Amino acid sequence: MYRQTEILQDATQVSPLNGGGDLEGAGDLIINVGPQHPSTHGVLHLVITLNGETIKKVEPHLGYIHRSIEKMCESLTFRQFIYVTSKMDYLSSHINNHGCCLCVEKGLQIEVPERAQVIRVLMDELTRLASHQLWWGALGMDVGALTPFFHAFRERELINDIFEETCGTRLTMNYMVPGGVMADLHPNFQRRVHEFIKQFKLKIDEYDELLTDNIIFKNRMQGVGVLSAADAVSYGCTGPVARGSNVVCDIRKLYPYEVYNKLQFDEVIETGGDCYARYMVRMKEMRQSLSIIEQLIDQVPEGEFQAKTKAVLKLPKGEYYSRVETARGEFGVYIVSEGGTTPYRIKFRSPGFSNLSALDHMARGGKIGDLIAIMGSLDLVIPDIDR
Amino acid sequence: MPSLENITDDLDVWLYQQFGATATFLIESVLIALLAIGLFSILGLVLIMMERKVSAYMQVRLGPNRVGPKGMFQTVADTLKLIVKEGMTPDGADKFLFNLAPFIVMIIAMVILAPLAFSKGFQIWDINIGVLFITAVSSVSVIGILMAGWASNNKYSLLGAMRSGAQIVSYELSAGLSVIAIVVLTGSLRISDIVASQENGWWLFKGHIPVLIAFVIFIIAITAETNRAPFDLAEAESELTAGFHTEYSGMKFALFFLAEYVNIFIVCAVGATLFLGGWMPLHFGSNTQFNHVMDYIPGIVWFMGKTFFLIFVIMWFRWTFPRLRIDQLLNLEWKYLLPISLFNLLLVTLMAIMGWHF
Amino acid sequence: MTKEELKNKLTEIIPTATLDESSEWLSMTVAADKFLSNAEIIRNHPDLNFDYMFSLTCIDWKTNLQMVYHFTSTAHRQPLVMKVELNRTSPEIETVSHIWRTAEFHEREVYELFGVNFLNHPDLRLLILPDGWEGKNPLRKDFEDAVNMIKL
Repeated sequence: MYRQTEILQDATQVSPLNGGGDLEGAGDLIINVGPQHPSTHGVLHLVITLNGETIKKVEPHLGYIHRSIEKMCESLTFRQFIYVTSKMDYLSSHINNHGCCLCVEKGLQIEVPERAQVIRVLMDELTRLASHQLWWGALGMDVGALTPFFHAFRERELINDIFEETCGTRLTMNYMVPGGVMADLHPNFQRRVHEFIKQFKLKIDEYDELLTDNIIFKNRMQGVGVLSAADAVSYGCTGPVARGSNVVCDIRKLYPYEVYNKLQFDEVIETGGDCYARYMVRMKEMRQSLSIIEQLIDQVPEGEFQAKTKAVLKLPKGEYYSRVETARGEFGVYIVSEGGTTPYRIKFRSPGFSNLSALDHMARGGKIGDLIAIMGSLDLVIPDIDR
Repeated sequence: MPSLENITDDLDVWLYQQFGATATFLIESVLIALLAIGLFSILGLVLIMMERKVSAYMQVRLGPNRVGPKGMFQTVADTLKLIVKEGMTPDGADKFLFNLAPFIVMIIAMVILAPLAFSKGFQIWDINIGVLFITAVSSVSVIGILMAGWASNNKYSLLGAMRSGAQIVSYELSAGLSVIAIVVLTGSLRISDIVASQENGWWLFKGHIPVLIAFVIFIIAITAETNRAPFDLAEAESELTAGFHTEYSGMKFALFFLAEYVNIFIVCAVGATLFLGGWMPLHFGSNTQFNHVMDYIPGIVWFMGKTFFLIFVIMWFRWTFPRLRIDQLLNLEWKYLLPISLFNLLLVTLMAIMGWHF
Repeated sequence: MTKEELKNKLTEIIPTATLDESSEWLSMTVAADKFLSNAEIIRNHPDLNFDYMFSLTCIDWKTNLQMVYHFTSTAHRQPLVMKVELNRTSPEIETVSHIWRTAEFHEREVYELFGVNFLNHPDLRLLILPDGWEGKNPLRKDFEDAVNMIKL
């Protein structure tokens, strides 16, 4: 390896930022990566300081698609604001909606029927699969393999078709409402999901053949962008990024919501802390999600898909926080209510924002190619960061 | 049986009788230039189409299928679009070098064509240092790329050009050593001699494992030399947007694009000539019956078949492998390929001296 | 650790803090000048060890601003909410970005959206808003933008 990256065995000490103050030396090259760049996956703008090919500093500039959703939500009712949140992390829109619904339900103490809970979990896991598939393809593109992208999209289309049938849309579903889900499952749902499971089980091995075991890919990912456990916690990293650094943080396990506590699945933990560990976490998570779907798909209980709720929801005065595990990590919703029909203040704790803040730390000392690989392994969704 | 050799000879004799020596030379030069340009334009169209279809096949999609039957004329349409586009020169660019660079890259690609033997006697210039000429001239193309990167006044271009410089200079060594392995076996640098030496079997089969190793190293090295994935660091679109040709548009971009494909064709043709017998049909020693059957297939078909097979292999690489990082790329060359090819060259020399090959 | 245990520990370690148990998680209100020392205590005290800050935000109560910090610990997983009241005209608070790295970005966000000035922050610049935006704070309740805001 060109770079001695040590994983802190002790893992209690937050490592200092290498570099320090005197960054702008003579002969430094300052490059704008983005906001229009093939591998920033959206309008992320990074200002990187280079010494030759070696990265000295990465400085994110955000806000190119900041819509101030938090401000917007202050004038939307407790039913309406959920639909805006689909546009934050558009790859986990079900899960975003889910988090908001949980928060409103917590405030109003609505009991969600079991059928709705199972449907929600099914949709969440399908979303997670779709999101990871897209990430897998995009990561391949980032490291220069263009073929995985199309292979990933082939299976992702199947999930989108399933969503389209039941929810009516393919990307921003707006399917979850306080008290349950918007509509009942489509009659084809179970058959389609079974078909998907059958196909995806074959193809996920093909994914492994294409990238996971590829020697060039391993060289590009192993030992690159190492994040120690203490650093991951300090940077507030969650989801596969933190789990790749040996941090236990799966909300589905730690604070189970809906029916997750009745399900058999493992929290995937890798100890490497490098890009390859993060990669393996997501690859294994796909298999876990698949197993969750398999457990639930034939067990959807009969009954109501939506609890009876009042037409106008008024959250009692107070503050409510709920969190869910999206494909990218912990998504938190913090609602402060004054007892009216609209939230007084709402804060979305998006996983991407915190994960991005660790980018500078991981990329320093690496090459440009490493930066791209690290960004790919962070799985950034820019609207989620900008909100 | 009419062969390309007869046609060229007849034409030469006829021209000589009609116009005399000087005029014949001039007319033939013009004819060759036209043929070369024609070949390049057709190659550009065919190879780009081939690349798109190969990639489409590997990526479970259809590829271009709208313009013409099965999308055959897509490249023509694209070229037309590029011709009518404005060729912009960015502010702050070194205008002279910026405009010169694509032509240098293109001219280099065309010059290497000279010593290639397309069929028996169908060769522009059978120079006695043919192989050396190819290696020497092909390394000049890096100047064009460096020029483009520097003159663009763009940091991405500069980085791409620097990567490309480091890469091409390094991989020239392994490519050259692999070529020398064959030269050692044949004892000649002349392309026609090298092809003739493979009359009783291609070097790939005659030369045992050392030549096989040389062939593999040669394929890796030429992939790197032509800046193709997995060694496409000079243009690495996910890192440097488009590397050295980021700022180019219109026809100047098209020239770079065309030069890339012409370069692929040429290096694959060289590979086919050195290791797979060039236009020489598949012969097995003194098995005359089999050799006769093979001789019925014209040399140009053999040559193109082998070349396009190698081109397909290189395209296959591109659509399968991820890209290396710059330090890994140089490690691969200096720590692995170069020592292996040096040692391999020793083995081949020993083999040639002892006459251990077939 | 349960909420009750955490409450007992906190009253023991930081007697000056005001604790509130009304919502789901224990919330602790501290004065702005005591904030930094309290933050260091809850991060470094072996019994508390709040190493993970999962949310940092601010609320505009029209009369004053309120910083809200959410902490949890990878050791005992019991969340704690810390609240600091700030005055609205010149809100100032010590940064905690050297204790929790994630705070650096979150504080920059709060700085531009609420106008809270974080003292000793390493890099307090606009993160989201375009250059030259200083002075107007979009998430404050009295923010008006005739062009981009639609009143319902």
